[in-house]
Amino acid sequence: MPPTLEIKAISGHAGTVPGHGASRDYDVCKLIDVTTCIGCKACEVACLEWNGYSFTETVFDNSYQTMPETAWNYWNLIRFNEHENSDGSISLLMRKDQCMHCADPGCLRACPADGAIVQYANGIVDFHQENCIGCQYCVTGCPFDIPKFNPSTKKVFKCTLCSDRVSNGLEPACIKACPTGCLHFGSKDDMKELAEQRAAQLREQTSHKDAGVYDPAGVGGTHVIYVLHDIKNPEMYGGLPANPRVPFLVKLWKGPVKLLGGWAMFLGVVGVAIHYLRFGPKDPGHTTGPEDKDDRTKS
Amino acid sequence: MTNGWIDIKNADMMLVMGGNPAENHPCGFKWVIEAKRQRNAKLIVVDPRLTRTAATSDLFLQIRAGTDIAFLGGLINYTIQNNRIAKDYLLNYTSAPILVKEGFKLPEDGFYSGFDPASQTYDRNTWNYAEGGDMSGKAVAATAQAGDPPQQKSSTAAPKAPFPPPLMPEKVAYDLTLQHPRCVFQLLKQQYSRYTPEMVERITGIPKDQFLKAADLFTSVRKDGDMKKVGTVIYAVGWTQHTFGTQIIRTAAMLQLLLGNVGRAGGGVNALRGHSNIQGATDMAGVFDSLPGYLKVPDPTDKDFKTYIDRITPKTVKPAGWDSFNYYSNTPKFAVSFLKAMYGPAATKENDWAFHYLPKVDRNYSWAQIWDNMYRGSVKGMFAFGMNGVAIGPDSQKNIEALKKADWLVVGEIYPDETSEFWKSPGIKPEEMKTINTTVYRLPCAGFAEKDGSMTNSARWLQWKNVAVPTPGEARLDQDTVAQIFLRVRELYKKEGGKFPDPILNSWWPYTTPYNPSLSDLAKEINGKALADLTDPKTAQVIKAGQQLPGFAWLKDDGTTLCGNWLYSGSWTEAGAMTQRRGTDDPSGLGFYLNWAWSWPANRRGMYNRASCDLQGKPWDPSRRQIWWDEAKQLWVGNDVPDFKADSPPKDHMGPFIMNQEGLGRLFVWLNDGPFPEHYEPIESPVQNLLHPNQSNSPVVKKFKTPADKYGTAAEGFNVICTTYRLTEHYHYWTKNNPMNVQLIPEPFVEIPVELAQELGIQGNDKVKVTSARSYYIAKAFVTKRIKPMTIDGKKMYQIGIPIHQGYRGIQEDAGRDARTILNRLTPTVVDPNAFTPEFKGFLVKLEKA
Repeated sequence: MPPTLEIKAISGHAGTVPGHGASRDYDVCKLIDVTTCIGCKACEVACLEWNGYSFTETVFDNSYQTMPETAWNYWNLIRFNEHENSDGSISLLMRKDQCMHCADPGCLRACPADGAIVQYANGIVDFHQENCIGCQYCVTGCPFDIPKFNPSTKKVFKCTLCSDRVSNGLEPACIKACPTGCLHFGSKDDMKELAEQRAAQLREQTSHKDAGVYDPAGVGGTHVIYVLHDIKNPEMYGGLPANPRVPFLVKLWKGPVKLLGGWAMFLGVVGVAIHYLRFGPKDPGHTTGPEDKDDRTKS
Repeated sequence: MTNGWIDIKNADMMLVMGGNPAENHPCGFKWVIEAKRQRNAKLIVVDPRLTRTAATSDLFLQIRAGTDIAFLGGLINYTIQNNRIAKDYLLNYTSAPILVKEGFKLPEDGFYSGFDPASQTYDRNTWNYAEGGDMSGKAVAATAQAGDPPQQKSSTAAPKAPFPPPLMPEKVAYDLTLQHPRCVFQLLKQQYSRYTPEMVERITGIPKDQFLKAADLFTSVRKDGDMKKVGTVIYAVGWTQHTFGTQIIRTAAMLQLLLGNVGRAGGGVNALRGHSNIQGATDMAGVFDSLPGYLKVPDPTDKDFKTYIDRITPKTVKPAGWDSFNYYSNTPKFAVSFLKAMYGPAATKENDWAFHYLPKVDRNYSWAQIWDNMYRGSVKGMFAFGMNGVAIGPDSQKNIEALKKADWLVVGEIYPDETSEFWKSPGIKPEEMKTINTTVYRLPCAGFAEKDGSMTNSARWLQWKNVAVPTPGEARLDQDTVAQIFLRVRELYKKEGGKFPDPILNSWWPYTTPYNPSLSDLAKEINGKALADLTDPKTAQVIKAGQQLPGFAWLKDDGTTLCGNWLYSGSWTEAGAMTQRRGTDDPSGLGFYLNWAWSWPANRRGMYNRASCDLQGKPWDPSRRQIWWDEAKQLWVGNDVPDFKADSPPKDHMGPFIMNQEGLGRLFVWLNDGPFPEHYEPIESPVQNLLHPNQSNSPVVKKFKTPADKYGTAAEGFNVICTTYRLTEHYHYWTKNNPMNVQLIPEPFVEIPVELAQELGIQGNDKVKVTSARSYYIAKAFVTKRIKPMTIDGKKMYQIGIPIHQGYRGIQEDAGRDARTILNRLTPTVVDPNAFTPEFKGFLVKLEKA
């Protein structure tokens, strides 16, 4: 039996989570060993083909990189960076960029639309475009700049970690396409162990004495983790944030402000009711005129 | 490859040079990664650019394009000076102790002994082993030379006749102390003593400290004489595409022999082939100077079969103390069986197996020469299948000019390409088009997924594939098209006669569907079958007439066997298509997979594997056991198929390199341009050869002489070194027609060092013009830190690099989104004197903002 996805949280949804507690009991994780990535872009093509996106017109931009950023219809992008080392030598760094599937997803926190963003118990954070209202709050909520807005459909898209494949017992398309095996897929525990082993091997056997595993705590850890040559400088891999966090405003919005907002809304309704009871319906003849505006300017 | 793709995982040390497998062989590159992950193997990359392969390396060195021999020669010198040689291996398995004839001279002045300036060729008479047996310890006294065989006399009196290759004396002289001044080892040591780290730096631009770091690392596998560790050398066309390409590969082979890395799992010299089936094309005589299975083509001096077979069959040479298998002594069996496959019943003992039907190759018909001949008007028509000759170049404009002069051109392709549209290449105006009288026939052919058949990969595996989709529209399979042309030409010969119709009329065409032969029919014919009942006297096994042969050991020179290519014999036996096997069992864990597909020769996965054992027949490394001598069975047995005479006991001291007549790994050979590799500058080079400034280029390399053949110099302003390469995102000149690939790399570009761009005021994405003595190329600037300025003999120099993939036909080209220039307009027509490969890597250009 293929394991089914289990829902843990739903955006904009109050109350109990339907289906909670069923199905598979481990978190999935994609491990990207940046030190063995050869930038072949097979994952880019596999992602497009599996998800049914076709040719996008691109422009050469002084790089092997296909395009400057991921796009609503291009979820998986190898970022190429020519990094100058302290000894003057150059490293060509290639990092597969895509949704990190945070354990504490800023996008989901920010999203006000019921059911537009779903976090499954296995860790996959999925966008359900049929519920998306196009407000793009998720874009603000993401510390990795991943969700991308399609202006023609007014919906936001991103990597699904191939939830459709994973729920049928398959690995994500990028994993299947990777020729060097720099991509791995499995349980978070297993991937974490594999990643730490590789990082230790790099520290002990190569010149990469600062090799480490990128699984940032600021977003509760991620379900996409990296082995980096230099864990102290994740920014050099095309802007991987050293300490990503759900933006403060989003936290505020979904935390105290949301509570406050709820109360404010309630109090507002109560206020309107009292106002109505007290003063009756609004007089349509009395509107704010230009004089009022002028007055305000003067004051 | 001497080894195979999977075998790279067994390496402890990897040198990638003249290749960029991460980009051009990404699926095979997984085994490099595997070696790094599983064995902590080290990867050294030497390239003119920091490539995506270099990105995963432990050590990257930026080399000036075309100076590989200087670097490798430096490694050889380092190996000898620091005693990192595999002493026992060298002494017993290579030609190191063999004495070279007196009169042989090293190229201190740029010339080996025997150079004939009139013909620009070498008389290789002195490039030979000396006669005399064991000379160990007789170093000083050894001066007397045995008389030369009569055919070896220097023929300077008749300079027009090509000099015959030297014949090896039967009783070779050798010195097991390796002290004799004329033993191969001492000559080699002397030759490369000039390749000091300082000289390497001056020539290659690699700083001395970096060179020493790489040299120490690579040769560390033989530190303290330990034989357990193994290093591999991996290369591709970055080595072959030079006027000394063959010699670069030889330098690598010599280095690997010195280190005892040949014949061993995780070792060898490994050529990565650039197409899925280019190995198969070579095996099946895709070049003018060989017949299938690397049998030499007949030449006009071969007046009959006996003359031919005597010329091409090497005589066994047994230096006393060594035994030699000389497997090529079986050449007559291979040749007769091949002629039976060509002409069937028309080839009989009485008519010399129809040897007179075979064309006698009277001159060079290599790639660049064909185009040159067409340019000069002697080649009137061309069939171009599975290649895009205009885009391939070199000097694409010359090829276009040549096609304008041809009467006809037939192109079999899956896309309209630059070759079939040469008549509307940029710059040709409608008025001129009207004057081009070449008739172009464009035949829609099948793509790889629309054909079945076997493909031979770099690892020498023949793997059968099935048809995935039918051919679209009017497209036809190649064998359909070619068979129909052949059969109709044959009809014409039948009706009209001709000068010599016999070879055409008597070609053996026994296929079930003659007008569209199935590839399985052909594969069976290539494997070979018995034409009479055959019995193996040892095992009493019988192969009945008409049955498929189990392997090339069954081939006969009496006309009772037929075989299209002896090397492929065993690939389709009575048990079926070995190429279709998909067994994944690997009991040794070394990745041999003997039941997966089939590998030539005889399903061996690693060649020369006798050399993986010590003199007693025990593996050098017990953890990587390939084969070994089984004393009880008195046989060589193991995890791989022994590449050796199975019952030759170690005490007989048979040389492990059984395809060489003396059985030894050759450190000294008779190529056309020298018995040891020597550093020569590319034909277009910004500097004089520092080893011998008066002889900068290889003296036997000839420039082409049509008006199109121009060669530039730094003095004329062509002062930037340019090299060419392929990208992982594209496949040659095909994928510019495929949206997915075009999206990944949409436009042509030129990789330019930041410093050079600054000097010329070039920004990234600016349009730049690259000009060579021949033509120009326009593309966007890719300003990069991955190519650094170089210091060559104290002078600052720049290299740039250009991918080959775009042209004037493709998605972007048709939409007018790029300049529609072909990169190979820049490259010079000049070739390697052995393999005739053009010099695409390392020529001179000017760079400017367009």
